[in-house]
Amino acid sequence: MEQKTGSFEVKKGLAQMLKGGVIMDVVNADHAKIAEDAGACAVMALERVPADIRADGGVARMSDPDMIQKIIESVSIPVMAKCRIGHFVEAQILESIGVDYIDESEVLTPADEANHIYKHDFKVPFVCGCRNLGEALRRIGEGAAMIRTKGEAGTGDVVEAVRHARTVLGEIRKLQNLPVEELMTFAKEIGAPYELVVETRKLGRMPVVNFAAGGIATPADAALMMQLGVDGVFVGSGIFKSGDPSKRATAIVKATTHYQDAKILADVSRNLGEAMVGRQISSMTDAEKIATRGW
Amino acid sequence: MKIGVLALQGDFAEHQVMLKTLGADVVQVRLPEQLNGLSGLIIPGGESTTIGKLATAYGLIEPLKTFGKTQAIWGTCAGAIFLAKDAHRPQPLLGLMDIVIERNAFGRQVDSFEVDLNVTGLNADEKDQSPFHAVFIRAPLIESVGKGVEVISTLEDGRIVAARQGKLLATSFHPELTRDNRFHRYFMELAK
Repeated sequence: MEQKTGSFEVKKGLAQMLKGGVIMDVVNADHAKIAEDAGACAVMALERVPADIRADGGVARMSDPDMIQKIIESVSIPVMAKCRIGHFVEAQILESIGVDYIDESEVLTPADEANHIYKHDFKVPFVCGCRNLGEALRRIGEGAAMIRTKGEAGTGDVVEAVRHARTVLGEIRKLQNLPVEELMTFAKEIGAPYELVVETRKLGRMPVVNFAAGGIATPADAALMMQLGVDGVFVGSGIFKSGDPSKRATAIVKATTHYQDAKILADVSRNLGEAMVGRQISSMTDAEKIATRGW
Repeated sequence: MKIGVLALQGDFAEHQVMLKTLGADVVQVRLPEQLNGLSGLIIPGGESTTIGKLATAYGLIEPLKTFGKTQAIWGTCAGAIFLAKDAHRPQPLLGLMDIVIERNAFGRQVDSFEVDLNVTGLNADEKDQSPFHAVFIRAPLIESVGKGVEVISTLEDGRIVAARQGKLLATSFHPELTRDNRFHRYFMELAK
């Protein structure tokens, strides 16, 4: 019987396998091994973690394929990599070297200020960031098979992650209470494809897996996002910018599983060493925020 | 009937939804004491290394081995790896089933696929005799099985993707990602 690859079902399916897990940013094979040993369900291969991209300034692009390849060879868990918003050639390159998921990411400098990649054309699945339900459903409309709320990457401040998760989940709750005749106007107001609005209302959740990202730095942050109702977490700079990455990574994995058990959360939060220094988002100008990238 | 889903990591919620529609009482298992009183347990898809590490950290390995001696366990994908006696890699395994597993046997995510399968015993008392639509995600293969393990489904080329050993069941694919609940009913029969 015929085997079918690259369907939306199998793209969405891998994200479902990542649920309840932690996806960690890693910049080399050694980091990737530490992340896998700590129990990461996937790693994100990139040359610089968001905190360094912020500090360095300049144009942030797709990482060197050779570096990504080395990470792919070093671990058995799925490997994700980032391309710039709208840069479909970077995406083609990442697909060709065998990454398991592409993050069309606002953390890199956008290549197109009007359009995102048409993701249905790819066999490899994509994850995209969002700040609200409209943005999430536009990305799914373009073919994203997984969503993450953006937060504010590279800050270690969870406030934007909370804002975006509450916004998305709140809009879904609101949508479920709307009568059918108001759905078209709701779709118009949030700028989302009507069919996906209808589907989201029916499911009572987004039609694809939804992780939280951007500013998660502690086990308590991870559990907070899980209790708010996301399916899992991305931790970027929070691990390898901390004093004891291995210990912190293990603790965040445990906290994501036992997110409702305060005793276990207390236990895993003990003696983790220094957390990443972080930057308070309320002290940043709008121009410094990267979550606003994406259309 | 009380059925557990191992809720350390992975798509346990999808199994839970499927079991609930079939009238089972579903319990999420993250700690050993949560195994008490269960007739069966599903180990979901996810990352087998993550599940193994968390099971080790919270003292679940021995209780799960004991549980599997008398009760039904079904592992899908990562769960099937976890049930195996050998996965060619140093990672925590339950070793309850006499099967050898090859992880990521089909390649990377771009090679993940869907296919229709014939499954022995699945349609025994069913009106629906159609093949089972199976979803394989970075899937493992059951490389070989020991005596006492029945192969219940293979790909066209003969490679093994589902096997049963008494009340223990292993599938390389994910019935919980479909709307077809025949596998879940099959498992609930084993758990009776």
